[in-house]
Amino acid sequence: MRRSNKLAALFTAGILSLAATSCGSDDSGGTASDDASGGSGASSDIKVGMAYDVGGRGDQSFNDSAAAGLDQAIEEFGMTSDEAEAEDGEAESAREERLRTFAEAGYDPVIAVGFAYAPALTKVSAEYPDVHFAIIDDSSIEAENVAGLVFAEEQGSFLVGAAAALKSESGQIGFVGGVETPLIQKFEAGYAAGAEAVNPDIQIDSTYLTQVPDFSGFGDPAKGKTAAQGMFDGGADIVYHAAGGSGGGVFEAASEAGALAIGVDSDQFETADPSVQDVIMTSMLKNVDVAVLEYLTEVDGGTFPSGTTTYDLAVDGVGYSTSGGQVDDIADQLDEFKQQIIDGEITVPTTP
Amino acid sequence: MNTVTPTRATRTDPRLVTLVLRLGAPALALVAAFAITSLVLVLAGDPVGEVWSTILSVPETRNLANIINNATVLYLSGVAVAIGFRMNLFNIGVDGQYRTAAFVAAVVAGEAWLPGFLNTLLALMAAMAVGAAWAGIAGVLRATRGVSEVISTIMLNFISISVVAYLLRKAAVAEPGSNSLNTKEVPEGSRIPNLSIGDGPSTEVYGFVVIAALVGLAYWFMLNRTRFGFDLRATGQSSTAAIASGISVKKMTISAMLISGAVAGLVGMPILFGSSFTYGSTFQPGLGFAGIAIALLGRNHPIGIALGALLFAFLDEQSNPLQILVGVSPDIVNITQGVIVLTVVVSYELVRRYGVRLEQHAVARALAAEPAGRRDTSEKEVSA
Repeated sequence: MRRSNKLAALFTAGILSLAATSCGSDDSGGTASDDASGGSGASSDIKVGMAYDVGGRGDQSFNDSAAAGLDQAIEEFGMTSDEAEAEDGEAESAREERLRTFAEAGYDPVIAVGFAYAPALTKVSAEYPDVHFAIIDDSSIEAENVAGLVFAEEQGSFLVGAAAALKSESGQIGFVGGVETPLIQKFEAGYAAGAEAVNPDIQIDSTYLTQVPDFSGFGDPAKGKTAAQGMFDGGADIVYHAAGGSGGGVFEAASEAGALAIGVDSDQFETADPSVQDVIMTSMLKNVDVAVLEYLTEVDGGTFPSGTTTYDLAVDGVGYSTSGGQVDDIADQLDEFKQQIIDGEITVPTTP
Repeated sequence: MNTVTPTRATRTDPRLVTLVLRLGAPALALVAAFAITSLVLVLAGDPVGEVWSTILSVPETRNLANIINNATVLYLSGVAVAIGFRMNLFNIGVDGQYRTAAFVAAVVAGEAWLPGFLNTLLALMAAMAVGAAWAGIAGVLRATRGVSEVISTIMLNFISISVVAYLLRKAAVAEPGSNSLNTKEVPEGSRIPNLSIGDGPSTEVYGFVVIAALVGLAYWFMLNRTRFGFDLRATGQSSTAAIASGISVKKMTISAMLISGAVAGLVGMPILFGSSFTYGSTFQPGLGFAGIAIALLGRNHPIGIALGALLFAFLDEQSNPLQILVGVSPDIVNITQGVIVLTVVVSYELVRRYGVRLEQHAVARALAAEPAGRRDTSEKEVSA
């Protein structure tokens, strides 16, 4: 009796540890193996090393957007590339080692996708001064061989916030953030500012799915659904999500409640399941692909950019999508806000 | 392949049999894990030979340093879990305990109320105290209200995530351009110096490796050379027998959880004082769960845990080259680790049953021989 209990406990532990070590990297099977070489005849001897954040290629979100930029560069310039992705719960040294392995193997440039690479890149960029690096979502590294590619997420969020306020009939809208980090707070701050610019009395419900270091809020549709359901039940009629893979749940909840939702990062009207397509009013575009492609275009031209490049409304680094046609009737008002932001007449806050 | 046939085993020294059985189990497990992982690779259409030659390649010095560093952290986690295991307590809460402790220690060390290493010492004490207190909650609940420590420590893990995230936002210092939240950096005078093992970048190992070894030694000593350790093991093997011999199970439960938690409090310390110098949103998570697997692998033995930690750290380190140089998904490393844990558990049970059967055979033969009035067991062993 006692022994069988103990044995059961041992197995539980085995399974738990399996789960603990393997979660967060579900659908990455073999992604790194397909190094696309030579797209359309163009050829180049530039080897790009791509270090993704947790989730990697295929996450339908942030990493995928970066991958799209890379794919396009490969297509256009005939570069070659190899990819690696971060794992949930890995040591800081694993991130460093990923960048180092690329640098050692002759990859130049090496692109780090995600702010989590900042401490690792600070160290590794100093060790390999001849290799060029780029990092997305971080501008804290000051080194000759590092380019920081950052986005004005708050500006794009401002526009979809304004759209939500213009479209809302109940005067109550919602925001679902994946993980409460300064980055996602920028989305929330811009969204709220945009909504209030249209309707100062609007009620905005905000929630975050998880807290650091639990990053599961970016990949848990069930959590996203529960959070959005609560908002719809409470009277909100439009919910904006900045929650990566959890957004699918937000769309489902909107569909069930007969309400609307706003997507994030890419034009989710195009990528979402057809059954929830009609609830996606618009999406806040964060064009990571554009940033990656522009960076690689410069590299192809022979110059390695360094310093910080901010992708904002002025350069169409962020924006909103119009597929589905649900915001066509308010496009004039949104474009007016857009112009005011570009002209500096409106300054969008970055913290809620 | 490492085990011996029953007929030969009965002839040899029983000590040797035990030793062979002990070594046979992990060897069997590794061979089985190797075979199963290869099968997975074949099914996935990956280059089996190339994968193994990369995984089994000799690490470079800087990789070696990484392996030792990660193993140090994993080792502490494994020991923390093992202390509970020895008492039949399943401390799943090491994760929450080390996280809470690392945060508090980072704040204490960052504030630098004391100069130099006094500050380090204070932070380490704080970490152990916080880890012990966090685990102690589960211990007290178990001892006084009979709440399963499995449930309460899991719950405490979730609570710790929220509490630490909330406090981190209060304590974090903003760095321009960065999207992570970090506590104040540990001042240079309070950092634990790293030991260099070679030339080139990142070839330093945590100075904390010495402290981890001392923790392992203390664990061994406590378990095998103290009255407390004896009580702990006795209670773990049979609480009824322990009560009968006058051991207070309640007291043992609480003390075991406190000690396990105190060691768990140290888990994040090599990272805090050796490389990150701050607690932030990218501080390594999930070490507590890895510790459970490693304690299982190491059979709760201080040296076994060290080997388990090294094995896991070694496999983790091969994940990047596998992705970049071979083009195989890093999940294969996770699969290998998971398979090893399972095969270890299974093979120990198989070997244990085999051992029991050997014993039964020996006893049966001795008993069968006795009525004939010839030799007793010991004589038989000698002469046969």
